[in-house]
Amino acid sequence: MKWKPVAAVLLVWTALLQPESLQAADEIETLRSVGIKAAGTIQARQARDVLVAGGSDNLVPVLKGFRGSTVLASNWLRSTFEAIADQQLKSGKGLPQAELLVFVRDTSQSPAARRLAYEWLRKESADLEEQLIPDMLLDPSPEFRRDAVSRLVGQAKAAKGPKAIEIYQSALAGAVHEDQVKVIAEALRAAEVEVDIQKHFGFLPSWKVIGPFNNRELVGFSIAYPPEKKIEIAAEYDGQLGQVSWQPIDTEDDYGVVDIGKQIENYKGSLMYATTTFRSDQARSVELRLGTPNAWKLWVNGELVFQREEYHRSTQMDQYKVPVVMQKGDNVLLLKVCQNEQEQSWAQDYKFQLRVCDATGSAVLPAGTIDDLSQTKSGN
Amino acid sequence: MKSLTTKSFFAGLCFATILPFATLNSAAAADWKQFRGDNANSVATGETLPTELSGTSIAWQVDLPGRGVSGPIVVGGQVLLTASSGYSQNRLHVLSYDVGSGELQWERQFEATGRTGCHSKMSVATPTPASDGERVFAFYSSNDLICTDLQGNLQWYRGLGEEFPNASNSLGMSSSPIVIGPTVIAQVESDAEAFAIGVDAISGITKWKIDRPRKANWTSPTILPGSGGRPSLALLQSSQGVSAVDPETGNVVWQFSDGASTIPSSTVVGDTVVIPSNGLTTIKPAADGTFEEVWNASRLAPGTSSPVVMDGMTFTVNPAGALAAGDVETGDRLWQLRLKGPFSSTPVASNGYLFFFNEDGFASVVKASRDGGEIVSELDLGEKILCSPAAANNALYIRSDQQLWKFAQ
Repeated sequence: MKWKPVAAVLLVWTALLQPESLQAADEIETLRSVGIKAAGTIQARQARDVLVAGGSDNLVPVLKGFRGSTVLASNWLRSTFEAIADQQLKSGKGLPQAELLVFVRDTSQSPAARRLAYEWLRKESADLEEQLIPDMLLDPSPEFRRDAVSRLVGQAKAAKGPKAIEIYQSALAGAVHEDQVKVIAEALRAAEVEVDIQKHFGFLPSWKVIGPFNNRELVGFSIAYPPEKKIEIAAEYDGQLGQVSWQPIDTEDDYGVVDIGKQIENYKGSLMYATTTFRSDQARSVELRLGTPNAWKLWVNGELVFQREEYHRSTQMDQYKVPVVMQKGDNVLLLKVCQNEQEQSWAQDYKFQLRVCDATGSAVLPAGTIDDLSQTKSGN
Repeated sequence: MKSLTTKSFFAGLCFATILPFATLNSAAAADWKQFRGDNANSVATGETLPTELSGTSIAWQVDLPGRGVSGPIVVGGQVLLTASSGYSQNRLHVLSYDVGSGELQWERQFEATGRTGCHSKMSVATPTPASDGERVFAFYSSNDLICTDLQGNLQWYRGLGEEFPNASNSLGMSSSPIVIGPTVIAQVESDAEAFAIGVDAISGITKWKIDRPRKANWTSPTILPGSGGRPSLALLQSSQGVSAVDPETGNVVWQFSDGASTIPSSTVVGDTVVIPSNGLTTIKPAADGTFEEVWNASRLAPGTSSPVVMDGMTFTVNPAGALAAGDVETGDRLWQLRLKGPFSSTPVASNGYLFFFNEDGFASVVKASRDGGEIVSELDLGEKILCSPAAANNALYIRSDQQLWKFAQ
């Protein structure tokens, strides 16, 4: 079907100007209040039933409730939306398309809620992708970005020469997923265009490492060796094999992999510490995304933010997502990486990769380098 | 027990293992309400399943969204199953199809609250859902435990991955929950954190939570039905053995401590528990909390598929695809039959036949007697199949990532 933008905007404004019913607001707040351990479940069921009985008028208000909700609570909102939408379609009444379309376009709303509305609208509007996705390359929603990048990659493959390069570079600006970046980077590099994947993703390539310290029989994970009490770059300590001191280590790997096993010593039953400083131009929430097949602990500015004692159950980019708050100025990261004593060939990996990004997966670059990557900057 | 590599691990961890939920609640006899059926033993009693698998025995097949290696379950007129989708596989689906037509009745989607990374062979939708006949309990590798009614209305939601963020496995989790009476029981066991939890089926509130051995574990709980005044017990398997747990309190009633596999799960037939331990081991629990070990047979060791018992015989498939039949009373191996493997799926046993689906989607129907086994029909579905089939209403249900099939005569 064809959308009429002007009419749609008028309808939406009309909808927005109408206050939601007080009851709907209360019921939505009840859903937003659902907590862990099934807290608030009984009330949530009742609220859901009321909202579903209210029909399509409650669709947009329910979607608005996503903003600021926990994922857990938003699943109650999602389920409520789907129950109403399903009811609308099965009864032949259809969805309030104009209102939902305006909601999808409102980037101040929850990315998950906008995507939900979009997917339901697509059940009735086959041409919606053509209409919306091209403008969503830098959308706050990773899913919309992915669709936009996918379209551009398709266009680039069909183009040739400078035009293809231009399209690939545009696509890279919005790409936040590893598989898409790989395809784009391969095409650009084949055309002899430089691509800095490390910087694109926000990997931290420069570290100082110290070790090995003893981790035989896995004892080291819970031992606080001197570096985790205080980071003194000039200090020396008794290590597992003798005196140890902080040594610089840099990686040129596209995906920021710091291979301790190769560059230091792949000593079984040991552990290493790695530290780096991230300078932030503002106080802000970020995600530290880590990949490692080894057990690990991570501190930010002296605070332990997560720890995990798992060895060699595979590794991948963004294996762990740790939300943290960066302070303005320098932020000291300390990573403890532990190796066990398994003998299998696949259990010899002793490595990690760590990047700083926002919730969409777009790089958050340290102060002083942001201007170097205009494509990612615009995506933030 | 040696650690699993990514490769060996996958050999199947799963799906066969994944699952179950055995519901002891009242329900139609033709239902298949959890992994390996209502009794969690893979035996379809009173069913007449199609033994001549062919294109004409496909009653219907439907496309599925996203990915999934969980098995289907059948409750009343519905076939219920799970899937996951999205780049990060963080979109969780619960799907209901009409048994008669295969038409999608409803679908609900949720966003995972826990980690969704897993080996490419697995899926976030690896555990098989369960039902108590009135509700569906969908569980995922992310440790999201979701309860809806049979119309898809959300009843409660437990984000166990959010509540216990270290209880995950970077290869993926596959254990399926079971239902005993009013309690949903799930094993959430990894190297970093491990527990079992009993959740009230109606409210979603935790009734009990017990620590478990901290080691990656892909087996599923099973049920030891009540007998002689002893209530039904949940059997929780791990590398250390099998613990019999009171489903109401989480108290451990007895413990088999000779070690067990972390991939294929135990099965129960009559008063005998068949455990993938040191090959294959059988024990007979008594009402007083003790048990007798009956036999141990290294030559009957299962690979990924869980053991099955039918007509007084144990059936196990080794990693090479050799089907071994053993005497359930003595542990003597009766015969072997080479099948086209490898298998992640656990076969269904019914009416003297075994129904196998290998990882390449190749189905084999084996007629089994004490004298030997005979392959009576084969069918190549051409898609990767890791889940265990469901059998209900004289039909067989199986899914790949992309398809759900119903086979009937």
